[in-house]
Amino acid sequence: MTTHINETTSYDADELGWFGGEAEGFGGRFMPEALMKALIELDDAWQKAKADPEFVAEFDAILRDYANLPSPLYHATRLSDQLGVRVLLKREDLNHTGAHKIRNVLGQALLTKRMGKTRVIAETGAGQHGVASATAAAYFGLDCTVYMGKVDTDRQALNVARMQLLGAEVVPVPSGSGTLKDAINEALRDWVASVDHTAYLFGTAAGPHPFPTLVRDIVRGIGDEARAQALEQFGGLPNAVVAAVGGGSNAIGLFTAFLDDKDVEIHGFEAGGDGFETGRHAATIQANDPGVLHGARTYVLQDDDGQTIESHSISAGLDYPGVGPQHAWLAKSGRASYTSITDKEAMDAFALLSRSEGIIPAIESAHAIAGAVKIAPEIKERHGEDATILINLSGRGDKDMGTAIDYFGLGDSKQGEAQ
Amino acid sequence: MSTSTAFEKAKAEDRAALVGYLPAGFPSVEGSIEALTTMVEAGCDIIEIGLPYSDPVMDGPTIQDAVQQALDGGVRVDDVFRVVEAVASTGVPTLIMTSWNPIERRGVDRFAQQLQDAGGAGLITPDITPDFAPEWIEAADARDLDKVFLVAPSSTDERIALTTANSRGFVYATAVMGVTGAREKSSDLAAPLVARTKKLSRSGADLPVGVGLGVSNGAQAAEMAAYADGVIVGSAFVRTLLDNRSDEKAALKALASLTEDLAAGVRAR
Repeated sequence: MTTHINETTSYDADELGWFGGEAEGFGGRFMPEALMKALIELDDAWQKAKADPEFVAEFDAILRDYANLPSPLYHATRLSDQLGVRVLLKREDLNHTGAHKIRNVLGQALLTKRMGKTRVIAETGAGQHGVASATAAAYFGLDCTVYMGKVDTDRQALNVARMQLLGAEVVPVPSGSGTLKDAINEALRDWVASVDHTAYLFGTAAGPHPFPTLVRDIVRGIGDEARAQALEQFGGLPNAVVAAVGGGSNAIGLFTAFLDDKDVEIHGFEAGGDGFETGRHAATIQANDPGVLHGARTYVLQDDDGQTIESHSISAGLDYPGVGPQHAWLAKSGRASYTSITDKEAMDAFALLSRSEGIIPAIESAHAIAGAVKIAPEIKERHGEDATILINLSGRGDKDMGTAIDYFGLGDSKQGEAQ
Repeated sequence: MSTSTAFEKAKAEDRAALVGYLPAGFPSVEGSIEALTTMVEAGCDIIEIGLPYSDPVMDGPTIQDAVQQALDGGVRVDDVFRVVEAVASTGVPTLIMTSWNPIERRGVDRFAQQLQDAGGAGLITPDITPDFAPEWIEAADARDLDKVFLVAPSSTDERIALTTANSRGFVYATAVMGVTGAREKSSDLAAPLVARTKKLSRSGADLPVGVGLGVSNGAQAAEMAAYADGVIVGSAFVRTLLDNRSDEKAALKALASLTEDLAAGVRAR
């Protein structure tokens, strides 16, 4: 199976990174001049790399031999029985380092080597992107610094230790909310000062052009594989594809292959935190408020002055007040629908998948499971007994055991993290 | 009032202009007015007023600290216009330096109109470049406001030409690759960048070039004044206030003293 990184869809950005056009759309490149040359060079390098069969072949080989891809498409029969529809899980949790993130960093790190840079920086929320970045840096022999919000270093201690073991320097960021958005700010500040020899491995399909496109191209293998697997294993496409959306990389990775399959419904589920109506959430698209954050025009949680409002989610990986601009466009154009899942619904789904299938998901992925639980009745009503929902199980739950232990009252969370 | 008037005056006196920055609302809205007025009285030719924003990309720890204090103190965008009005009334050209989202949020036209109504000279926009700022360029041109874009040591010749063609008032040359903050050593990237900017500027030497990032004392200001039309100082002023936060009088005195040192520097080119 080869990656389709050089393929396009009718929902791609234009040359300046606008999804849906500059006037009404999302994306662009709102960045300091100091970084413009690097962003333009990165875009040029990526256009050339993805058109180069040697690069594509090398990327394919690394994904296959090192990252354990393609990940399986698994028919979750017991969960299917409970939901009354066929549930297929794209098992990205089985990838090396335990999440879809490894695809993104291996692609970006391979590009970094091609561009002759020697150091990478990354930002991370839940830590999966940080662990993946540290892993890719070790694999390619690159120096690596990972910025992580102080709040997140506390709630994801196990992943901090993993990154350090892999040789990365982890920098806790105490400013702002001490979460993912502040880690991105700090990483951008580092990049302004180090751009001549440093590549920024952006963790999600957000940020200034070309990152939303670059990351999307690299992770679209999730959907390309799942689409081919569904056809081969089940003789048809699913009726709906479902994924959790924070910045949106796992979701865009799944959705891209299906964007031009007009019969396939596309559903993204954002983090509803305490509930959208409480204001304590990370449901950026649902809030429907356009602005500019981290280099792109997109939907942003913000106040009347344009100051970013802190997001809230039990999932560090979804705790982000912005969203990738292509998702904003897919929502506005009506191609995909986005609603939110509360912390409670996500944790109920976390327990449901664990007990029904023996799979402990990342809390991010539990949002997607909860979303599937929610839409299953309507999907069944629309498509009948053979209705199929394909869920991106974007990561495994090991990193979230501390949170789960606290949430379910299972014992000492610190002990859990140390195991 | 365009900042170009201040540059012309400095040029006539065979010196560089001194551009001073503080965020609005730090240590308080009234306190920032008092501090900025002190800087005007002690020799700043042009004032930049920072609009406190939750997610600044170009700010180093010193300015970030002050900005966070301003935000924690409840400063709003309307307060920034109030500070602009007070400082501009001294007769010194006064600009707002701001990240882009607060402008987009308010509406580009409405923001530009409020700025003009407050007597502001224009905007410095560190996180937006001319190729992504058509609305702002149109709004500024319609109201005779300065558009101060940035060039960096990493800028290509093509981008410097684009930036200078779209700037008005002056162009802001970032002396180092990095965020704001005082630095012990002067940058060796600044002089070549200024030379390239002047050469590539369509209007030739008519568009003044101000140099910022890293300047903290009169000696450094003098070095930069040798080749630049303006010397821009921010973090050093902010640091002075942070270091004297418990004693308002001492803070203003230290601020005046630093301004005088820098003002002497731009005259000692």
